[in-house]
Amino acid sequence: MQDLQDYPTLNFQHLDTLWLQVTGTLCNLACLHCFISCGPKNDNHPMMSLSLIKDTLKAAATQGTREYYFTGGEPFLHPEIKEIISLTLAQGPLTILTNAILIDDEMASWLAKTFEDSPYSFDLRVSLDGTTPEENDTIRGRGTFVQIIAAIERLVGHGLNPVITVTTCHAELAADEGRQKFIELLKAHNITQPRLKFLMPFKIGRESRRKGGEGCYTPAERLYLEDVPDPNSDHLQCDSCRMVTAHGVWPCPILIEEEGARMSDALEDSLHPIKLNYSACYTCHVGGVSCKT
Amino acid sequence: MSYISVGERIAIFGGVYNNHLSLAALKQDASGRGATTMICLGDMGGFGPSPDKVFPLLQNDPNMFVMQGNYDHSIGNRLEDCACGYTDPRDNHFAQISYDYTAANTSDHFKDWLRDLPTEFRFEFAGKKVLCAHGSPRKVNEFLWESNSSDIFLDWVLDQFECDLLFVTHTGIPWLRHLPSKDRWVVNVGAIGRPANNGEKHVDYMLLSTDSQGKPHVEHIALHYDYEALAHEMREEGLPEEFVETVLTGWWTTCLEILPAKERAKGVY
Ligand code: SF4
Ligand code: SF4
Ligand SMILES: [Fe+2]
Repeated sequence: MQDLQDYPTLNFQHLDTLWLQVTGTLCNLACLHCFISCGPKNDNHPMMSLSLIKDTLKAAATQGTREYYFTGGEPFLHPEIKEIISLTLAQGPLTILTNAILIDDEMASWLAKTFEDSPYSFDLRVSLDGTTPEENDTIRGRGTFVQIIAAIERLVGHGLNPVITVTTCHAELAADEGRQKFIELLKAHNITQPRLKFLMPFKIGRESRRKGGEGCYTPAERLYLEDVPDPNSDHLQCDSCRMVTAHGVWPCPILIEEEGARMSDALEDSLHPIKLNYSACYTCHVGGVSCKT
Repeated sequence: MSYISVGERIAIFGGVYNNHLSLAALKQDASGRGATTMICLGDMGGFGPSPDKVFPLLQNDPNMFVMQGNYDHSIGNRLEDCACGYTDPRDNHFAQISYDYTAANTSDHFKDWLRDLPTEFRFEFAGKKVLCAHGSPRKVNEFLWESNSSDIFLDWVLDQFECDLLFVTHTGIPWLRHLPSKDRWVVNVGAIGRPANNGEKHVDYMLLSTDSQGKPHVEHIALHYDYEALAHEMREEGLPEEFVETVLTGWWTTCLEILPAKERAKGVY
């Protein structure tokens, strides 16, 4: 048992960002680097019902929440995704993290219209893990590069400009040269305003089992009190976000499969200080990672 | 808290970005519209030419109130960079050019002045509580963009900071939002130093006055100035052609990654 005394505490400031695990851990893909082992058969966290989403949005409104993020799993697996998007956008800006593969032409057109009509920003973040099929497909699965690029083309064709999210499993992808390759790839697909986000991998979930367990955190990769001496430090996203799934509330999108990280049933009961006692916290702290765009 | 006493018509502006030409134009334009108080929300440096030229226009004027922005904090405290927190290497490259140029060309006594500026102003106006801040009242470098600030959030901010009208800058793009729940307003005054990424060459500020019923009234003013003269001065100073292009076209060419999807879609780059 960990001695929680040894870990830094982080105070809660305000609910700026609410994350919703709308489809739980269900995904059409099963990427090797997924930090929550999502996949077609993982219903550890099931889909959120429309009524739970409505209640959660109401609770968020009373907290003065600024913006919303959907993730999964794959949000576009949700049969009521359009209604969920509309409800959320009526309340504030929304970003959806997706692999985009399920976004067909009809959906792309609806999303573009929704973007046009909404006073608040509506953003899509599409994950792509390489500039070639070889690079991407070894992580995201065979054939996915072609499918993701096709989906990006559909979105761009309807006038949307998604942020391309790259997990830097291949470290060189984040370097200038790797970045330039992505910019060129996007240009070749008619994206004149390239938007990119690079994310360090979290060595938990399926990612920890990649490369035969080599990807795990070592015991030394953790935070100590002196790493975050000020509980009001503002460099970590979890001082201003929470994640809601069908099973309750978690501090952030990263820890929903970590034992002991669940905070409460109701959103309003989770707005208090947390202990940074997970290995993933080390990545956030050292890498300056934020899941927000 | 910095309470100030103000006149009946107030010009509120920010984001000077070394643009002494638009600052001089603003003083004339606002006086012409009957403004007797001027409030500068900060960010004197960056982007434009010859930083020292803006300070004489801001100092020694009892009707001019100036607050500190994040840029002023960095320059005043002789920090290494503007702390804008860009992640894109190209954005960082250009941000650092203007920061290094501004730091190298701002006189020491002006740096001290920037270091010691207040960080907020409060006053009563037409029976309403007004708060002026740089980015947001809670954080000097928080961006309040129109498209990513929900009404629900802005109402919370106004409750927290006990005001009915809030004026901010820091993003460079102006907007006004009426919050019907308690008849309150949030206003981003935009910037006078650089056009607002809309293909127009003018810059922006806000004029606060009262309407015929004595209620506060905020008017968005498009400020015209000699942008060709500014472009000329920027070239003389050897500033990047990318910045000059913005002055001449009204489109931003750098530091675009921070724009939310909506604002980004409105620009060319
Ligand atoms: S990384 Fe994303 S797309 Fe891949 S399995 Fe996980 S949730 Fe699905
Ligand atoms: S994993 Fe990161 S975001 Fe989550 S609690 Fe730890 S530090 Fe915060
Ligand atoms: Fe600023």
